[in-house]
Amino acid sequence: MKSILKTAALAFVLAAGTVALPLTASAQTAKNAVIKQPDPAVIDAYLKSTFGKAPPEWQARIEPDEALKTCNQFRNDVPSAEADKIIQRELAKVVFPADGNLLGDWKEGKKIANNGRGGQFSDDEKTVNGGNCYACHQLELKEVSYGTLGPSLNSYGKDRKFDPAEAKQAYTKIYNSHAVVACSNMPRFGANKFLTEKQIKDLVALLFDPESPVNQ
Amino acid sequence: MRRAAIGSVLTAFVLCTISFHARAQDASEKEIERYRAMISDPMSNPGFLAVDRGEILWSEKRGSKNVALEGCDLGLGAGKLEGAFAKLPRYFKDADKVMDLEQRLLWCMQNIQGLDTKDVIARRFSGPGRASDMEDLVAYIANKSNGMKIDVQLGHPKEMEMAAVGEALFFRRGGVMDFACATCHAEEGKRIRLQGLPDLAKAGKQPQETMGSWPTYRVSQGALRTMQHRLWDCYRQQRWPVPEYASDSLTALTVFLNKQALGGEINVPSIKR
Ligand code: HEC
Ligand code: HEC
Repeated sequence: MKSILKTAALAFVLAAGTVALPLTASAQTAKNAVIKQPDPAVIDAYLKSTFGKAPPEWQARIEPDEALKTCNQFRNDVPSAEADKIIQRELAKVVFPADGNLLGDWKEGKKIANNGRGGQFSDDEKTVNGGNCYACHQLELKEVSYGTLGPSLNSYGKDRKFDPAEAKQAYTKIYNSHAVVACSNMPRFGANKFLTEKQIKDLVALLFDPESPVNQ
Repeated sequence: MRRAAIGSVLTAFVLCTISFHARAQDASEKEIERYRAMISDPMSNPGFLAVDRGEILWSEKRGSKNVALEGCDLGLGAGKLEGAFAKLPRYFKDADKVMDLEQRLLWCMQNIQGLDTKDVIARRFSGPGRASDMEDLVAYIANKSNGMKIDVQLGHPKEMEMAAVGEALFFRRGGVMDFACATCHAEEGKRIRLQGLPDLAKAGKQPQETMGSWPTYRVSQGALRTMQHRLWDCYRQQRWPVPEYASDSLTALTVFLNKQALGGEINVPSIKR
């Protein structure tokens, strides 16, 4: 597999003077196709010129892990065998609360869902990371400033009859979105150590507490 | 006179944006469109002040050689500005490099004027009380391609490499949120909070309208901004490290985006939120 990729990359570089662009364009439309990429060493040189002066820990963050390597190869449209591998691997990274209690405080969850700070080069060290859920999801109806990259989560717990198994699935989803949907566009909040266990519990409560405004 | 007119139009625009609610979104969008049309008038778009400042900078003698930038070749011959921006980024033989307008201007400052660009780079993005030579020059030069079509050059192998790398970078995920450009710009009709996101993954109308409208005067920032600033801000939202100003990945992305936008009409500086 790897050697196929290597030859493909090589062929690409050799062909770059003639047919590189049509090749990429047609690869894009094919389903589950490995996308022809320029030589990884070439891409690395570009990345180095642009991000090479950033602190080492910042540069490490843009080094794709196993899951992202596959997602990048297929532009997220992974074949099912690869998807299964990702889901198994990512599921193993999910850490559930020791006491088994998945529901925190929805009032805190509401703040976390609204907070889009953290992780940006303009943030300082004291910034408390937010989940920024409203960037992509509708939650409580009263909040009209919501994005549409993800589905509406309004009435999420109520629609699922506050089923504990569903709450566990939601915890899993927020902790590591790829453990549920391979190459999900949603961040892996727990696995990437962006949100704490407590914050994730508060978000599950926002979705699954009957008192939560999401379920009114 | 010109300034007073700008002031009142801007106040109206800002007031209108403040009262912006999703429920009244359609009505507000129409209002914003109306004000946008109004302030796109060259007499009242503050972006044209940057154009005027850029014109002065272009012919100002500077650097150890005490010459103007007029000897700078932006691809169509020394000092030739009409239509030059429409064909950028492109390969420059003298530098053996594909460059966008900002990279090329810095190269000319160093090599033609003998100017130490440290200060120019420190002021790459303007702020309160801090003008940016780069923003002003880009506004002036890009404006000289108005009405022309985006015609990014893809004939040289290094230009092809740029387009291919730009495409790969557009889809490359990473950072604490696993974001790529494509996370936010690869589907039509999506938005983050209330901000509409152009689909830049599909060649055609959306990339054409987007790329044909930069540089732009950004009302929310009270400044003229170039594509370098837009990409800097998007990489910030992407939770990636700070991108180096006028560096190769940004040029690669710009080549790719202009390839998606081929044939789009340039009309700049525009004015945006
Ligand atoms: C960048 C966009 C993005 C952000 C930010 C985001 N999500 Fe998502 N989310 C998605 C997408 C896209 C999906 C649907 C595809 C999938 O399941 O992977 C999704 C799916 C979900 C689902 C499963 C919905 C179902 O189908 O049952 C839950 C629950 C969820 N998100 C919760 C959250 C919470 C809570 C946050 C904030 C901590 C959050 N999301 C932040 C994009 C996002
Ligand atoms: C997390 C979300 C996010 C990511 C990731 C992102 N952008 Fe953006 N982008 C935005 C938002 C929000 C806007 C502004 C829309 C507005 O102001 O109406 C924007 C605007 C733009 C524009 C100008 C659009 C216009 O109509 O003027 C371009 C071009 C652009 N982005 C390119 C990119 C590229 C290239 C990347 C990757 C390097 C990228 N973006 C990554 C959210 C994002």
